[in-house]
Amino acid sequence: MTVTVFVPRDSAAVSVGADEVADAIARAAGPGACGERTAPAGADVRIVRNGSRGMFWLEPLVEVATGLGRIAYGPVAPSDVAGLFEAGFLEGGAHPLRLGPTEDIPYLKNQERLTFARVGITDPLSLADYERHGGWRGLRAAVAMQGADIVEQVVASGLRGRGGAAFPAGIKWRTVRATAGEQKYVVCNADEGDSGTFSDRMIMEGDPFVLIEGMTIAALAVGATLGYIYLRSEYPDAERTLYAALAAAREAGFLGASVLGTGKPFDIDIRRGAGAYICGEETAMLDSLEGKRGMVRPKPPLPAIAGLFGKPTVINNVITLASVPIILDKGGKFYADYGMGRSRGTLPFQLAGNVLHGGLVEKAFGLTLRELLYDFGGGSATGRPIRAVQVGGPLGQYLPVAKFDTPLDYEAFAAAGGMVGHGGVVAFDDTVDMAIMARYAMEFCAIESCGKCTPCRIGSVRGVEVIDKLRAGKRRPQNLALLRDLCDTMANASLCAMGGLTPGPVLSAIEHFPEDFGIALPDNSTAKAL
Amino acid sequence: MDSSTTIIEAAIAANRTLPGALLPVLHAIQDALGFIPPAAVPQVARALNLSQAEVHGVITFYHDFRSAPPGRHVLKLCLAEACQAMGSDALAARLKQRLGVDWRQTSPDGALTIEPVYCLGNCALSPALMLDGKLRGRITSDALDGVIEACRREPARGRDLGRDLGSDLGSESSRESGREPEDHA
Repeated sequence: MTVTVFVPRDSAAVSVGADEVADAIARAAGPGACGERTAPAGADVRIVRNGSRGMFWLEPLVEVATGLGRIAYGPVAPSDVAGLFEAGFLEGGAHPLRLGPTEDIPYLKNQERLTFARVGITDPLSLADYERHGGWRGLRAAVAMQGADIVEQVVASGLRGRGGAAFPAGIKWRTVRATAGEQKYVVCNADEGDSGTFSDRMIMEGDPFVLIEGMTIAALAVGATLGYIYLRSEYPDAERTLYAALAAAREAGFLGASVLGTGKPFDIDIRRGAGAYICGEETAMLDSLEGKRGMVRPKPPLPAIAGLFGKPTVINNVITLASVPIILDKGGKFYADYGMGRSRGTLPFQLAGNVLHGGLVEKAFGLTLRELLYDFGGGSATGRPIRAVQVGGPLGQYLPVAKFDTPLDYEAFAAAGGMVGHGGVVAFDDTVDMAIMARYAMEFCAIESCGKCTPCRIGSVRGVEVIDKLRAGKRRPQNLALLRDLCDTMANASLCAMGGLTPGPVLSAIEHFPEDFGIALPDNSTAKAL
Repeated sequence: MDSSTTIIEAAIAANRTLPGALLPVLHAIQDALGFIPPAAVPQVARALNLSQAEVHGVITFYHDFRSAPPGRHVLKLCLAEACQAMGSDALAARLKQRLGVDWRQTSPDGALTIEPVYCLGNCALSPALMLDGKLRGRITSDALDGVIEACRREPARGRDLGRDLGSDLGSESSRESGREPEDHA
């Protein structure tokens, strides 16, 4: 009898020992030449390195396929393996690490997984697994459709860019489709640089074919023949997985000179970034893809009209493209039925930083920060009160507890002074010094600015200096006024979101946590300065 | 020709026909040598029909590219917000103090080059670091000390100094897949 045991290959799981656990299980179930075998006689173990279920506090999370479904054990250390075999974990036996059926774990059960439907369940590099779990259905539907109809399905789904800007994907595709050009491109922005985000990485490592399928559908929709995945260099495991997935997809005829026998060519190549946050900005990314420094381009022209090498280019983030196959499979309306307001569908939120149960939570738009942080996250990891949360990456605002009931919806969250962005949520406990975080926001901008526009390049350096003066208690009202003025210049005169949004975390820190800046509110003199 | 010149020539030859070839060429050189020797700049510029200033500009723009050889191991410690929320600032201070060096410097014994990095995508298991291309999570100060000690003991792992993609499928398939699409362009 062969028993299938799942040990994630996701790099976060590996970062806490998943490889060593997989090795220990393989040794224990091996031929026993060195007397290491602890598996019962006759038990044949097949180890599948799956993606992560996204419950990172339980990693390495080992699952066993039993007659009662998949049973989870975690977090497993290599030293636990012998005991697991003794407890009969191959039959789902009782053990202190046993978590029960994986699908029944509330963290997972309470999610709405559309984009992440397969992640953690399948072998990421098995085409057969992908197909068995609904893979390629979207692409098969798309090859039978006119390009314009594909675009209209995406428009109908209400899918908006998941990279942060939330621009309607279908509208962007429509523009590229309507623009004449012998060569068009599909570029996947996989430069997931925001701190607190890892959903792109989890897709690329845990279900790479869904990204390939989404890019191919985009290509058919707009008439592109070549795609690029611009992948950050910090993700070497994702790079390896993607290369292997591309080779398999090409071999099976999903990519190449004739996609699924349609006679339409499309292929995808990977370009590795080189550690520049700004290359997540789409025009800087295009310059980088062209072999240049990642300098931001003024818009217009829109990349949809004159993008990579001056050609019409679809640029979407990993999650946006990975959400397309299910839309083509089940129809735009199916996807649009999730969500609230103008935020349709689901967003894979990422719970990170000082949170007890950090991980990936895919939910329809509309849940609140409080639900995410406490119902899913279980509060802080340190056990102290959560004091501040940064949503939407390093350019997102810091929010206090008073804002935790705001629904996570692009518009509602913006109205409350926040930014959903790429869905990263970073929690801080009450030991955080928000003046230091505000300083870091400026410092990060100074380190990562491309340098093209003055407000960002110089403003960020001046911002660090002014915050240092504030922290030292020097001429506070005057320096506060100066900092506000500087933020105003950066917000309104920067070329792109890097300089334009850096004031967000700075000003929100001052607004919600004035005591960290030595501002005793209410105080008439500082109130005026504010 | 010395061996690094040969390696640089090979990196150029394997990637020069790619659209936007400069970054792939520079990555191939650094994957093989651990850094981009200043002597490579004119070589690369000539091959790609660029000015030396353009090549120099690209090398110095991106944080990843080094112009001097790193130590036997490269440790990248994440300093972004999620890791700060879990104490990466204290780890950074400890790392620098234990090695007696600052960011982008190498310990005097040549064991370890330390670099800051802004997000490794391991934010639910903060603080995180990457050692020779391998991700590590939930780093405590004891774990960090262990990493430092191990690096001091362990010999170099060949030429692979920041990451180990150069020698396996990474750069190989990059070459193949890069060429193929041009046929139907």
